[in-house]
Amino acid sequence: MTPVVFTRDGLIRGARDVLPLLLGVTPFGLVTGIASQGADLSLGEAVFMSVFVYAGASQLVALAIWAHPPPLLAVTLAAFVVNLRLALMGPVLSPWFDRFRGWRVWFSMFVMTDQNWAMSVREMNRGGRDAAYLLGSGLPMWLVWTITTAVGHYAGSALRPPPGHPVFFAALAVFVSMLAGMWRGRRDVLPWLVAAAVSVTVARLLPGTFWYIIAGSLAGSVVGGWRDRERA
Amino acid sequence: MSIDWPNTVAIILMGIATYACRGGGYWLFRQIRPSPLIRAMLAYVPGTLFVSFVVPSLIQGGWQALAGGAATLSVMLATRNLLAAMTAGVAAAWLVWGLR
Repeated sequence: MTPVVFTRDGLIRGARDVLPLLLGVTPFGLVTGIASQGADLSLGEAVFMSVFVYAGASQLVALAIWAHPPPLLAVTLAAFVVNLRLALMGPVLSPWFDRFRGWRVWFSMFVMTDQNWAMSVREMNRGGRDAAYLLGSGLPMWLVWTITTAVGHYAGSALRPPPGHPVFFAALAVFVSMLAGMWRGRRDVLPWLVAAAVSVTVARLLPGTFWYIIAGSLAGSVVGGWRDRERA
Repeated sequence: MSIDWPNTVAIILMGIATYACRGGGYWLFRQIRPSPLIRAMLAYVPGTLFVSFVVPSLIQGGWQALAGGAATLSVMLATRNLLAAMTAGVAAAWLVWGLR
């Protein structure tokens, strides 16, 4: 097998392959911008969040529970839990990155998202040996993500929709849509029902907090994981 | 422009937590292999997390949110197109909002 490399060619090929996906990122970024404005973040803060956190689903969850001052523990935990899946995704690409040290690894991991990770796994499985592909496909997404957040924030500031306006439903619609893609079949029935029941109950018991998200997810995941272990 | 420190600190903490997953996960899971139980549980985290976020929000949002949720889900299942599903959801929520 040819050795793994990290070249300008790989970077460019990743950037070229990600172009069609940028269209998919655009509405997501716009919604995040609108949600940032709805949470009363300044344009600078909205852009800073998209540049520095760069993880859309966790940004939307955090913005939904944002207040003044923001609940620090809640938004930090939200970011951690929503992004836990990324911790399992990086190691899948270790055949590419094990050879490298320093910024090539750690900057590549920073721009890893669901989309360009999936592209890179496909590229790796097809025999691709250029690890720069992940960074190359990640950088344009990072840029478009930031720009569309700014545009969404600007649109929100210009229109100033009142709280409860249906345009804010777009943020929730993103998650409903993503749920359709996460459905893996019958084995999800029980964990999802447990998550729904626990989250609704905790939301009733502890109104105005975010614990229902953590409690529902934890209960559902433990039930699902435990059951699968019993089967295996 | 003055800096709003609570917001800035919150964003920095979120960024650290996120990178702990991206970079920290890569680092950690090359040192140790998670047990099958942990792996099985983590595989359920994304789906159950979104369910836990969506279901209470839909209930709390009333008819507007329920109509939007139903429209989003139907269009997503039919077309697998995020933009179309979101547009349908917001349109349905808007319709119910207008009927109030």
